[in-house]
Amino acid sequence: MWWVKVIVGGPLDSDHVGRESGGGGGCLTYVDQFSVRVGLLVLLVAAAVAVGVWRRRTDGRARAVAGGDVLDAAALRAPLGSRATLVQFSTDFCQPCKAAHRVLAREADRTPGVAHVEVDAADRDDLVRRFGVRRTPTLLVLDPGGRVVGRAGGVPDPGDIRAALAEAGIR
Amino acid sequence: MIDPRGPRFAAALTTLVLAAALLTGSVWLLAFQVAVFALTWATPIAPYGLLYRHLLRPRLGPPAELEDARPPRFAQLVGLLVTGAGLVLAVAGVPWAVEAGAGLGLVAAFLNAAFGLCLGCELYLLARRTHLAH
Repeated sequence: MWWVKVIVGGPLDSDHVGRESGGGGGCLTYVDQFSVRVGLLVLLVAAAVAVGVWRRRTDGRARAVAGGDVLDAAALRAPLGSRATLVQFSTDFCQPCKAAHRVLAREADRTPGVAHVEVDAADRDDLVRRFGVRRTPTLLVLDPGGRVVGRAGGVPDPGDIRAALAEAGIR
Repeated sequence: MIDPRGPRFAAALTTLVLAAALLTGSVWLLAFQVAVFALTWATPIAPYGLLYRHLLRPRLGPPAELEDARPPRFAQLVGLLVTGAGLVLAVAGVPWAVEAGAGLGLVAAFLNAAFGLCLGCELYLLARRTHLAH
């Protein structure tokens, strides 16, 4: 491989000084070009790691919503829980949605007055648009009146759900 | 429904191929990956999937869960479009086109392989809503 020879042989070899590579590298020598490529690769991987770590931290984290819209039983086409409703937006091709369903159903079971309603995002495009649902699963936590008090994207963390419910005054 | 570890393994191989394309600026390496994306998306032949099935899967045993094949398949299309654009530009003589196409594809493949974050899969919902996919 040519770049091994250049690195091992040294960059100031007179054969290589000033020679362009075919890809339009301008007046960069082979080694300079290779350094740029390595730098680019490192930069891209670092950026990807940053995105991955950020996503891992925010995934499933329920955040409180102030001044949220109201999603009543009529619009939801399902009865609301007497103390809270966990509305899950899912799609049939979404694998994390099944995990989210298990987590939310368990929370609803163990907490009296909390209902779990699953909405097919494909069927209810009106709700998807209204609440800006961009990914599935997305969870909306509703208070007894149907007002959105919490929101989470990704598979929700049970501790986070309980915290969101607690913040809305529900234990 | 497919074994979800297959697409992740494929993403790892894609990462390696595109990293090599980026480091060498090789149009051929990029073209190879474009061909793999095209085959995997449009035909029943998934080169990396076949490697997974014959080399890895026998050693791993059955998966805990299966996933729908449609989002990962759509992700192959996204990969095809990004790297394919880089390839077309490279053949047209645009400088650093190989590196740009490989670089963008690499970020997505790496995110999938290392974090299980499939960007193309996430786009699939949006594509369904805007009828770009079915």
